Amino acid sequence: MALFEAKNVTKQYGNQLALDNVSISVPEQCIYGLLGPNGAGKTTLIRIINQITGPDSGELFLNGKKLMPADVQLIGYLPEERGLYKKMKIGEQALYFAQLKGLSKAEAMKRIKYWFKKLDIIDWWGKKVEELSKGMQQKVQFVTTVLHEPKLLIFDEPFTGFDPLNTKIIKNEILFLRERGATIIFSTHNMESVEELCDNITLIDKAKTILEGSVNEIRNKWAANEYDLIFEGDVKIEGNGHYNILKQQKDNNKSIFRLKTTSDINTNDILQTVMRSGNIISFNPALPSMNEIFIRVVEARN
Amino acid sequence: MNKISVIIKREYITRVRKKSFIIMTILAPVLMAAIIIVPTLIMMNQSGEFKKIAVIEDNSNLFKGVVKNTKDAEFVYLENTKVEELKKTFEKAGYYGILYISPELVNTPNAVYLISNKQPPIGLLQYIENSLKKEIERQKLLAYKIENLDDIMKNVETNVTVQTKKLDEFGVEKGTSTGIAMALAYILGFLMYMLVFIFGAQVMRGVIEEKTSRVVEVIISSVKPVQLMMGKIIGIALVGLTQFLIWIFLTVGIVGVLKSTILPKSGITEISQSVPQNFMSGNQQVAGTAQTTEMSPQLAEFSKMFDSAMNQPWGLIIVCFIFYFVTGYLLYASVFAAIGSAVDNETETQQFMLPVTIPIILGLMVAMGTMQNPESSLSFWCSMIPLTSPIVMMARIPFGVPYWEIVISMVIMLITFGAFVWMAAKVYRTGILMYGKKTSWKEMWKWLRYSG
Repeated sequence: MALFEAKNVTKQYGNQLALDNVSISVPEQCIYGLLGPNGAGKTTLIRIINQITGPDSGELFLNGKKLMPADVQLIGYLPEERGLYKKMKIGEQALYFAQLKGLSKAEAMKRIKYWFKKLDIIDWWGKKVEELSKGMQQKVQFVTTVLHEPKLLIFDEPFTGFDPLNTKIIKNEILFLRERGATIIFSTHNMESVEELCDNITLIDKAKTILEGSVNEIRNKWAANEYDLIFEGDVKIEGNGHYNILKQQKDNNKSIFRLKTTSDINTNDILQTVMRSGNIISFNPALPSMNEIFIRVVEARN
Repeated sequence: MNKISVIIKREYITRVRKKSFIIMTILAPVLMAAIIIVPTLIMMNQSGEFKKIAVIEDNSNLFKGVVKNTKDAEFVYLENTKVEELKKTFEKAGYYGILYISPELVNTPNAVYLISNKQPPIGLLQYIENSLKKEIERQKLLAYKIENLDDIMKNVETNVTVQTKKLDEFGVEKGTSTGIAMALAYILGFLMYMLVFIFGAQVMRGVIEEKTSRVVEVIISSVKPVQLMMGKIIGIALVGLTQFLIWIFLTVGIVGVLKSTILPKSGITEISQSVPQNFMSGNQQVAGTAQTTEMSPQLAEFSKMFDSAMNQPWGLIIVCFIFYFVTGYLLYASVFAAIGSAVDNETETQQFMLPVTIPIILGLMVAMGTMQNPESSLSFWCSMIPLTSPIVMMARIPFGVPYWEIVISMVIMLITFGAFVWMAAKVYRTGILMYGKKTSWKEMWKWLRYSG
């Protein structure tokens, strides 16, 4: 069942259309990628989900029910542009945000301590934000986002500003939150992390949805006719009427080829043809990276 | 609403804890007390300094003994002394200065000099002038050969002070003092101006801080923008009231303590007596017995002022001040909040500040004019127009304003204030999420009409 759904959402700012009939459906406990070039309308959609602004038309559902103002307690939002009060101590600050989300002071304190310990920032409790490194500030912001244990978490570029080690820590925390039942909407330009984390995605460009589905399906679909073929030793093959060689390279006493079929020949027939040339050690469908798909889809529209 | 109170608490506590707040809160009453205490100390010290003054008349002896000794000054009449000689030596001889009276004085009013190395105090000069003037008048009258002149003079001597009485609605007379009303009007009008302006500007800065640090996006994913705006405005209003109350208590306290330690015994009455001492003793020879009647004129004046201050409609003043402060502050603070939301940094606020500042300054100027002429139609209309009414009405109230005028002014204020808060909330809601755009009034007008 979908935890969150947006149906036919349209939003206009003055003469500019920010969202044009966009729908998304986020299954429960899924990590859902929200992708798109800059200015595509992602932030507007995220703001609508957070009820920061309202849509001109369209409907939003959380847990099958219409999204209500009180539902902000069930949503946690980490905006792309991080914001904390610079002159405020981080402990007090986390407490403030937790109380705004409706937690009692005692409960908030307990959870803040738990998270600060977990992310190793408990010693910084009384420091002001401006005294902390950027990574440290990001951790504080992450804690304030998840503190009220929301059902739906929205992360907008959560890894910027983190070193690889902290990126790994935060990645694991996100997966941990998902295991504990949270559903996550994840907006990023980092396609590697999309491949790594996301189950489903929606790609928005110029206010419209142009691609959606599960990451695996999309990659398989875009890869339908390409295969990676690896031989042992120095091997040469040539294209024929059924397939072309897109690229080839030699590496570590291996020969690697990327084939693209041009007719509806099946893979066994290809193998029968090429196995005469040498000793095959692997044959796989070549999945394009999300990066390639992103660029191809968006460029095709321009 | 619970979340609004969380916001109010944060706005209040972070500001009250600031060093600048604590310093200002403590320093201002000290300065205020200094303003009250220091001039009285100076006056006391001045009067305590004894002066010996040589009087030279070029042997005409026309004015011998005319300028009498006082508590602070002794006049020594020297004969057979030349001014030019004494000029070089008078300081060594222990004189403060030389009073040179030319025999021509009767016909030429300028033919008198006080020669000194220091700037003589104004009280001393007035005393000398008065004494000489009286003597010249007396001598001129003598030339008319009127009988019983001395008795007539005593009889003619009068001292006029206009006593003002105000009839209240029951026709009961109350002693009033225009001076007190003016002072009160000035204080009330100016205080209103300061509070509205200083704390309104703080609201604006707070909004800009939240916008530039991007905290606002996180917060309004938890609360409604209008809650954040109102929470901030109310929180800062409470900071203002706190500071204001501490100022009053501290000022009263410090003045009280200083009065009882530095100025022992009868305190203020003693000071007020010692200042015009010279003038009083000048009258003594003529007024004679008048001096014995009950209080000194200074004491009477003081008690009259006190009486008049107590007769001010304090209940009305306090109620009106709170009402106009709350509504006036909310009105301006919401405009300031809208402006803060529309800009990216403080320097960009300039273009918007001018149209907001003009009505406040105008209000203050009309309030100052009100003190001269409380019944003018300009004052009336400005105490009705909601942008100026908090300041102008507060300046008018000490002079007496019909209740219906206050009620109408308040109703207009309430309606306008509601409309301003509503409009400001709409602009604010859109503005805080807009970055990198140069905002204009036209743009803000468009935001007013955006839907949710």
